[in-house]
Amino acid sequence: MEYVLKPWPWYISGPCIAIVMFLLLYFGRTFGMSSNLKTICAIGGAGKKVEFFKFDWKSQTWNLVVVLGAIIGGFIAHNYLSNPINIDLSQNTIEDLKTLGFENIGQSLLPLELFSWNAVFSLKGLLILVIGGFLVGFGTRYASGCTSGHAITGLSSLQLPSLIAVIGFFIGGLIMVHFIYPILF
Amino acid sequence: MRKYLKFFLVGIFFGIVLVKSEAVSWYRIFEMFKFQSFHMYGIIGASVVTGTILLLLSNQLKLKNIQGNYLKAPLKERGLISYIIGGVIFGLGWALCGACPGPMYILVGTGAFTITIVIAAALLGTFVYGVLKNKLPH
Repeated sequence: MEYVLKPWPWYISGPCIAIVMFLLLYFGRTFGMSSNLKTICAIGGAGKKVEFFKFDWKSQTWNLVVVLGAIIGGFIAHNYLSNPINIDLSQNTIEDLKTLGFENIGQSLLPLELFSWNAVFSLKGLLILVIGGFLVGFGTRYASGCTSGHAITGLSSLQLPSLIAVIGFFIGGLIMVHFIYPILF
Repeated sequence: MRKYLKFFLVGIFFGIVLVKSEAVSWYRIFEMFKFQSFHMYGIIGASVVTGTILLLLSNQLKLKNIQGNYLKAPLKERGLISYIIGGVIFGLGWALCGACPGPMYILVGTGAFTITIVIAAALLGTFVYGVLKNKLPH
């Protein structure tokens, strides 16, 4: 039990994610988390106005069930399978975040500077989450997939389009963290 | 309902793995893009290596899925522009809010309710893409 309660090392977590992908393929489906965003848009009636959302969303119910399970899995892991300890971040990361003005670094999954209700009620804080989320939603459909569809499933099946998309993910991420963060914080 | 049980269980397992690996943490994503820890690269790398082995084995053994078809990952359409531009846009957002779609949902379960703002914005982004799709280069 001690090993379960501690954070899981990469060599356990990584193969576990591959098993998730494999099981979904075995069930005749696929591992793609961002598709659910499209499905929810369709459920909300987006198909009445936009061709892109005109599809039988009920055929995607299985994926929404995966999401529901994932939320509950998050609840179980956070509340029953974790000892409250700091995230074991590298010393350089902690120093860099301090320079950017962050405090209590790694004491929760998400930084209070961005995700506390106080932060969300400031214009800057709200804009960061809204713009970040918007870019994820827009970009993932433009690229036809996210980390699960491209980085895990696409790379595992040795597909060039997924490699291109993952390179894109990293170009975007590096620009954000190295060039835009110093302006933002 | 019963046909959905297996998807529900896979989802629970996925949620537990991503929390226990700390891949849902904003801090880990920041650290990854700073190249300051092997952790996230190890997770993604070990996942891809394991996944590749599983898929190659399935292919060799002509393994079938429960619907009776050969088990394989769906093929992505050929292309370049949409993958690179879309990918960069996704990366900018991923690094800014520290969560890709899977972790967004999972974080709700950990009680980080402000993440719902990110989810709502991601839905809006998806919708706007659908509206603009035919006008964008692909």
